[in-house]
Amino acid sequence: MTEAFIYDAVRTPRGKGKKDGSLHQVTPIQLVANLLWALQDRNKLDTSLVDDVVLGCVTPVGEQGADIARVAAIYANWAETVAGVTQSRFCASGLESVNIAAQKVMSGMEDLVVAGGVESMSRWAMGSDGGAWAMDPRVNQFTGFAPQGIGADTIATLEGFSRQDVDAFALASQKKAFKARAEGRFAKSLIPVKDLNGMVVLDHDEYIRGDATMEGLAALKPSFEQMGQMGFDATVLRKYTTLEKITHVHHAGNSSGIVDGAALMLVGSKKIGKKLGLKPRARIVQTAVIGSEPTIMLTGIGPASKKALKRAGMEARNIDLFEINEAFAAVVMRAQRDLDIDPARVNVNGGAIALGHPLGATGCAILGTLLDELERQDKQTGLASLCVGAGMGIATIIERV
Amino acid sequence: MSVKFEKDHDGIVTLTLDMPGRSMNVLNDELTQPFSEAIAKIEADASVKGVIITSGKKEFLAGADIEKVYAIKDPAVAFKLAEDYKAFLRRLELCGRPVVAALNGTALGGGLELALACHYRVAINDPKAKFGLPEVKLGLLPGGGGTQRLPRLIGIQPSLPLMLEGKELNAEKAKQQGILHELAASRDEMLAKAKAWCLANPKPVQPWDDKKFKWPGGDSKSPANVQMWAIAPSMASAKSYGNYPALTNIMSCVFEGGITDFDTGCRVESRYFANLVVSQVSKNMIGTLWFQLNAINKGSSRPQSANGASIEKSTVKKLGVLGAGMMGAGIAYVSAKVGIEVVLLDTTQDAADKGKAYSAGLLDKDIKKGRLTQQGKDEFLARIKATTSYDDLKGADLIIEAVFEDRAIKADVTKKAEAQIAKTAVFASNTSTLPITGLAEASERPKNFIGLHFFSPVDKMPLVEIIVGKKTSKETLAKGFDYVQQIRKTPIVVNDSRGFYTSRCFATYPMEGLTLLAEGQHPRSIEMAGLQAGMPVGPLAVQDEVSMSLSMHIIEQTRKDYAAEGKTAPEHPGVKVIEKMVKQLDRPGKKAGKGLYDYPVGGQKHLWAGLAQQFPLAKEQLPQRELIDRLMFAQANEAAKCYAEGVVEAVGDTNIGSIFGWGFAPFQGGALQFINAYGVQNFVNRSKELAKKYGERFKPAAILVKMAKEGKTFNA
Repeated sequence: MTEAFIYDAVRTPRGKGKKDGSLHQVTPIQLVANLLWALQDRNKLDTSLVDDVVLGCVTPVGEQGADIARVAAIYANWAETVAGVTQSRFCASGLESVNIAAQKVMSGMEDLVVAGGVESMSRWAMGSDGGAWAMDPRVNQFTGFAPQGIGADTIATLEGFSRQDVDAFALASQKKAFKARAEGRFAKSLIPVKDLNGMVVLDHDEYIRGDATMEGLAALKPSFEQMGQMGFDATVLRKYTTLEKITHVHHAGNSSGIVDGAALMLVGSKKIGKKLGLKPRARIVQTAVIGSEPTIMLTGIGPASKKALKRAGMEARNIDLFEINEAFAAVVMRAQRDLDIDPARVNVNGGAIALGHPLGATGCAILGTLLDELERQDKQTGLASLCVGAGMGIATIIERV
Repeated sequence: MSVKFEKDHDGIVTLTLDMPGRSMNVLNDELTQPFSEAIAKIEADASVKGVIITSGKKEFLAGADIEKVYAIKDPAVAFKLAEDYKAFLRRLELCGRPVVAALNGTALGGGLELALACHYRVAINDPKAKFGLPEVKLGLLPGGGGTQRLPRLIGIQPSLPLMLEGKELNAEKAKQQGILHELAASRDEMLAKAKAWCLANPKPVQPWDDKKFKWPGGDSKSPANVQMWAIAPSMASAKSYGNYPALTNIMSCVFEGGITDFDTGCRVESRYFANLVVSQVSKNMIGTLWFQLNAINKGSSRPQSANGASIEKSTVKKLGVLGAGMMGAGIAYVSAKVGIEVVLLDTTQDAADKGKAYSAGLLDKDIKKGRLTQQGKDEFLARIKATTSYDDLKGADLIIEAVFEDRAIKADVTKKAEAQIAKTAVFASNTSTLPITGLAEASERPKNFIGLHFFSPVDKMPLVEIIVGKKTSKETLAKGFDYVQQIRKTPIVVNDSRGFYTSRCFATYPMEGLTLLAEGQHPRSIEMAGLQAGMPVGPLAVQDEVSMSLSMHIIEQTRKDYAAEGKTAPEHPGVKVIEKMVKQLDRPGKKAGKGLYDYPVGGQKHLWAGLAQQFPLAKEQLPQRELIDRLMFAQANEAAKCYAEGVVEAVGDTNIGSIFGWGFAPFQGGALQFINAYGVQNFVNRSKELAKKYGERFKPAAILVKMAKEGKTFNA
């Protein structure tokens, strides 16, 4: 079987996903085009050799609707023959793109694929695409729909994580990310966003709160308590019958941040790399997805990672570094427990609590961060994993070559 | 003729719905056929300038013919029924003339749907007239376009509770909500207003047929409604536990109708309607809560005299209540409420006054809500005399004793009261545990002695269990029955037996919960199983409410009674838990502030943390389905035994008694209907399985085994 390699990884900085966020001025297609140009420049890429652009976008409406991948390839003035597809595996979409690219290459059907994702959360709000899951009352009822924060609070209740535990986790994420940014650890992949004049709009991750404190976090109100009491808690309690109530511990400070951003990777076979004169940075060893209980929906990381490890003939202890998406503090804390791994090997440069979670792009971005860090520490193996809406998990194992 | 056609000199046709031989108009062919012909006549006659639809009965139109709907087993037939009615209503609103509904009285269900298909609605402002779409209460939905017209008229969010809860509004509220346009003081004024509107609006268009139509409050896609749709199912299920498909289907009709055009929404509605008509849940609910309940209210269990002659209907004018505790006070209240003169007697004036103050408290709440005036309250309270003197009982037609559950005390008050009342008066005991035949031994006139078992809180609980002792006469039973109806409650008739009917069956529910606890099942999962099964309260919570010390008292009394006969009482495995909680752990229940739950002052009750230590979790935690089956089968099997033993003689009384008496899951249609719906043979098979795994108590009642063999079901 053909092997799939990562040749390059780029991402935009993440801008606050509000109207005062720096990237609110920038169209989502511009975020992607900037990165396509960066890939083209950095790799002296003959774009006619690219088979496909696979992008994740979770709210594919408006400016980021209607297959933004293909339209971005045209807009970036790449070869007309470069196809494009947009997909959604909710929060895992960015990593799903990489996995699809790997599968395309490994199957021998395609040679070179650009994979990644984009999300302008400030312009196109999460959930604004509707969907039967939340919107259609009978589907909503059948699936036991509850917002993710309710699921995160349920995990904390089930696992016995206190408010202080999750806040401490969040604070650590902020400190790690702040340090990583200060030391320039993100520099290898980070491509400043420029406007059409070539003027820089944003060149750093602006969501990080280096001044965060336990006291400051403790003052924040739980975000999901009120909606929980209105009815969502009851939906959870019907499924988790040993719980008498849900303790609401998550808030804006220990949940992933709403941000704008994009990320891309160049994935291809060994042969195409040689043809292009590129050096492969890592091999994509294994990918996996799995379904998990949909009401809580955030417990798929452990099972998906185990599935990937098993198929790869590996164990968690064989993995040097992990990137586990910080959708909510309790999600990562539980995943660490599920996988029985040392937190010191997880998210060493912080995560989405500090950096933000541009839904369609994050999976690709954290895999890039993982690869950069493996190279910096000169370690070999890494695993990236995310929990996914409607109850799924995704995992990708890479190995430096 | 069911529809009277009158045209006046201005070309206004008044169609008066007046079905012969019926007290109310109902929607069936007998009405829609001539109605349809009348519309055809109007369509063909250019001189008709407007149409007024009203009723010749006290009420406007009660709704669909339930009997017909109940009989439908094929969804295609139900679909066609809904489509035909909708086609008819569509013709009416598109007939090119103004059509006004002149609502002289109640318009519910299909009746209100007819009114909604009119261009204008005028109603007489009669506080007793009700307007609403209550189909959900029988497991159905408004299938005559109600789920499409109402939201387009008043908005999606205001319309949902009306249909999901089946709320019935009076005329003023209905006008406030935008369902009615205008109110009138009299029939003449109503008809005059209707005619005036016809003449002033020669070419009206329904909002949904207007090209510029905009949804009030937005359609299903509007951001506010999208948010609402995300949480509405959780809010509905928080109470229904997903057991009522009508709720889901109503939401689907409104949601999808809020995306499609009106006519497509109507097709969608007919499909969801058909789905409910043939559903087991609607059959359960209609069978029990419509047919069986109506039969009871019409006196199906009211006896004839021993010689077959009918017994004249009686009314109580003066009632004596012995014991002014919670039950006595409640009985006094519900009786005074219907105009009965009440003597409320206790051993001290203080206690008697306190019992009367209970009524005052309830009346104050009514005043606060604007339902009662101070004068009304004064008149009400004047009907209750709080006293310590048995002399005051003179002239009473009925005495109800609600004193402590002790034979000696009861015998004493029986004697004292009987000394004061006429020989024809009835003496009733509100005992919930002591056999009536035994209590009647203290009476001079055991023929006039009966049990009237009220439920707490008396002012809210709709049922009274009438207990017939060995010597109770038919006339006494009839009087008891009449009194229960007089206070607007539902009577079921039960023969004397330990625990009677409701207490005996109800007890199996908490007892099974306690057994599960003793077996090491998670207490919260046990509670959730009860709620998921459709019971109003979990088995452990309800045991705390009953109080375990009271249960212990009854258990010990039973043990004594058996011992007196030289036998040993058969004991439920749950008894051990009660004994442990009461005697070892001193946690008798809610009243003591500590039981299976903790009751923190000012806080929410929660399961007692000590349960984990006292009843450690078993390794194997049973699936919820298993817990649910155990809790439900225990009750249903006991009800079948009661029926077989003749404790209850009517299927309807058994079903209604279970729902109204102890809250048996209404969507199951009661304890015997639960067995029907499960399939008698399936019930027997599953019972045997449960008996093998969990104990003999699940062994199916002999009657069920026999019925299964003969392919029979419980029929009213």
